[in-house]
Amino acid sequence: MKKSIGAVAAAAAIALSLSACGGGSSATSAKAKGEINYWLWDANQLPAYQQCATDFTKANPDIKVKITQRGWDDYWSTLTNGFVGGTAPDVFTNHLGRYGELAENKQLLAIDEAVEKDNVDLAAYNEGLADLWVGQDGKRYGLPKDWDTIALFYNKTMLASAGVSEDEMKNLTWNPEDGGTYEKVIAHLTVDKNGKRGDEAGFDKNNVAVYGLGLNGGGDSSGQTEWSYLTNSTGWSHTDKNPWGTHYNYDDPKFQASIAWFAGLVQKGYMPKLETTVGASMADTFAAGKSAINAHGSWMIGQYTGYKNVKVGIAPTPEGPEGKRASMFNGLADSIWAGTKNPVASVKWVEYLASAACQDVVASKAVVFPALKASSDKAAAAFEAKNVDVSAFTEHVKNKTTFLYPITDNTAKVKGIMEPAMDAVVSGKAPASSLTQASEQVNSLFK
Amino acid sequence: MTTLTKNPPAAADKQPPHSRRRRPAMAGLGDLRIALLFILPAMIGFVFFYVVPTIRGVYLSFTEYNILGDPEWVGLDNYTAIAKDPLFWNSLAVTGQYVLINIALQTALALGLALLMHQVAKSTLIRGALLLPYLMSNVIAALLWFWMLDYQIGVVNQFIEWAGMSRVAFFGSEEWAIPTQALINTWRHMGYTALLIFAGLQAIPQHLYEVANLDGATPFQTFRKITLPLLRPVMVLVLVVTVIGSFQVFDTVAVTTQGGPVNATRVIQYYIYQRAFTESDFGYGSAIAVILFLILALVAFIQMKFLKGNESDLD
Repeated sequence: MKKSIGAVAAAAAIALSLSACGGGSSATSAKAKGEINYWLWDANQLPAYQQCATDFTKANPDIKVKITQRGWDDYWSTLTNGFVGGTAPDVFTNHLGRYGELAENKQLLAIDEAVEKDNVDLAAYNEGLADLWVGQDGKRYGLPKDWDTIALFYNKTMLASAGVSEDEMKNLTWNPEDGGTYEKVIAHLTVDKNGKRGDEAGFDKNNVAVYGLGLNGGGDSSGQTEWSYLTNSTGWSHTDKNPWGTHYNYDDPKFQASIAWFAGLVQKGYMPKLETTVGASMADTFAAGKSAINAHGSWMIGQYTGYKNVKVGIAPTPEGPEGKRASMFNGLADSIWAGTKNPVASVKWVEYLASAACQDVVASKAVVFPALKASSDKAAAAFEAKNVDVSAFTEHVKNKTTFLYPITDNTAKVKGIMEPAMDAVVSGKAPASSLTQASEQVNSLFK
Repeated sequence: MTTLTKNPPAAADKQPPHSRRRRPAMAGLGDLRIALLFILPAMIGFVFFYVVPTIRGVYLSFTEYNILGDPEWVGLDNYTAIAKDPLFWNSLAVTGQYVLINIALQTALALGLALLMHQVAKSTLIRGALLLPYLMSNVIAALLWFWMLDYQIGVVNQFIEWAGMSRVAFFGSEEWAIPTQALINTWRHMGYTALLIFAGLQAIPQHLYEVANLDGATPFQTFRKITLPLLRPVMVLVLVVTVIGSFQVFDTVAVTTQGGPVNATRVIQYYIYQRAFTESDFGYGSAIAVILFLILALVAFIQMKFLKGNESDLD
């Protein structure tokens, strides 16, 4: 971080004058100093970022960073209150599902000028991550910090006793008609109370001891860990374009066929009923030996591999009907509040968070994958040092089999409509074709 | 009942029944100033924390407002949209179901408990213990039961299985989710409600029971002809307060099912929260809140009117 302070200050001053909601900040201060507040929601990542803050203050003795961690459930409402009351943090961890609305309401500081002046190399980030944070108005509202993909966590002991090889597990195929080898393996791993497997005659689907596939929930609008790795392997995508699509495709027969197959697993007794998943977390029930495979995100690696007495393997998601795997690619970024009193120091901190200096620290803790390509590799190495093979997650990025988290307006309202609609289908109360009506409701939001 | 001619001395602060004579209008004004002075502190809180937000809420209900921008006047748009919103009608039905189960059970159990406190359990320790669940915060009570009733790892389902029955998804199934939450809050509130009714029981003069006893009334007759009628004002108060509280159920839903499964527990308060705070539609949320306000005012009015809550048979 040997960058010209003057340049940053000038850039920030321009950025500030462009933003409509500058508040009473002192754009004239040429020097970055003072205290900045920084918020994040993931407690697992707090130690890494605390380390970054300490290093940052060592390099910039005039700037102190105060980090506050808030659980996901309170994070957004407290943040909104802060925007209204003028007590929001200067810099905060931002989510793709939220930032469109925040940018539209002029709560975020555009940082294009600073990024340009300081020559932040946007190509150094994993592909697509930096572009996600350019709003509909063409301005940049954040620098990427990390990413996540989806893979299958499986119980090695159960796999061995079922006679399924790990090679098989890593080369699964799937299609919405008969479920491919993915369904065969899921069926074979399902065991009822009498020890009969899901693909054997006399299997009692109403008294299942171990489900082949665990269930997290209905998946609401994105199906991030639940079904998007299946639906999007058929060539379907959530919206007409991404980011900033204006039409959702929940009425597509391809999508509905995939969801029908997914909900069918419950009817066949291969996946737990939706009503039984309220409460205990899917990871915990996996650890308790109640499911053999769980599809989940890379941010859960620590949790799954942390259970004692459970041998966990990680396999890539199955290949879809078009011969390709698919995984949602979600990324977080750090954004600056438009009302910050200290835009100069905030920009400096955001650039530091997005730099190799900080992302390497995050990588070394082996919790998440940092956004920088080089730091991602270091994170993979750190996981490997812990004897965790994370290639199932990184492979998606390497082979470009990712698709982006759907970024649109009205994301909260879309979720509000899709959550009950998906729950109704997955719980078997409504057919997959009922999603057409929900789709109409969703798309009327964009008229 | 003819023996009831003299007022008990304890009722000295009560107006004599026949003094309906009006005082000259001017005489009251001297008191008014002092009265206002005493009311002032409460008035400040009332105005700033109730009247102003209520008026603002009513104003917002006619606007489109996402809290970060400025409210934009849209007239009755929110209300016409609500009338056509199936989720709003669903939330009314769900809330109604909750209130019915909660109030019926809670009032019956609380009345029973109050009678026991009055006649049998005279120890302060036992009377105090009845209040214990009420001392627990709503969120803690909800979480406690959420875990105990969990489908996979809850202790209650373990017992149910040992008893040879199949596990029940108390929070996960659409049929059980509302009754379960109504029962949890019944458990939490019945001690407090019992305490209110108990206070009402103590206000019934003892000599009435003595007379009833002399006349040879059975305990059931005494309960029906003396206790219940004389308890009426207190029961009306309790009902008004608990029904209003029950309509506003939120915390239990927010920490457990969050409206689900599907829409089975999307109660009206939770729906307001969802529209306003989750979906940033504060105008729409305010409009539903105004409707809820009107419903509650109507319910309270009907209760007071038809149960004659502001009159006492003791006069």
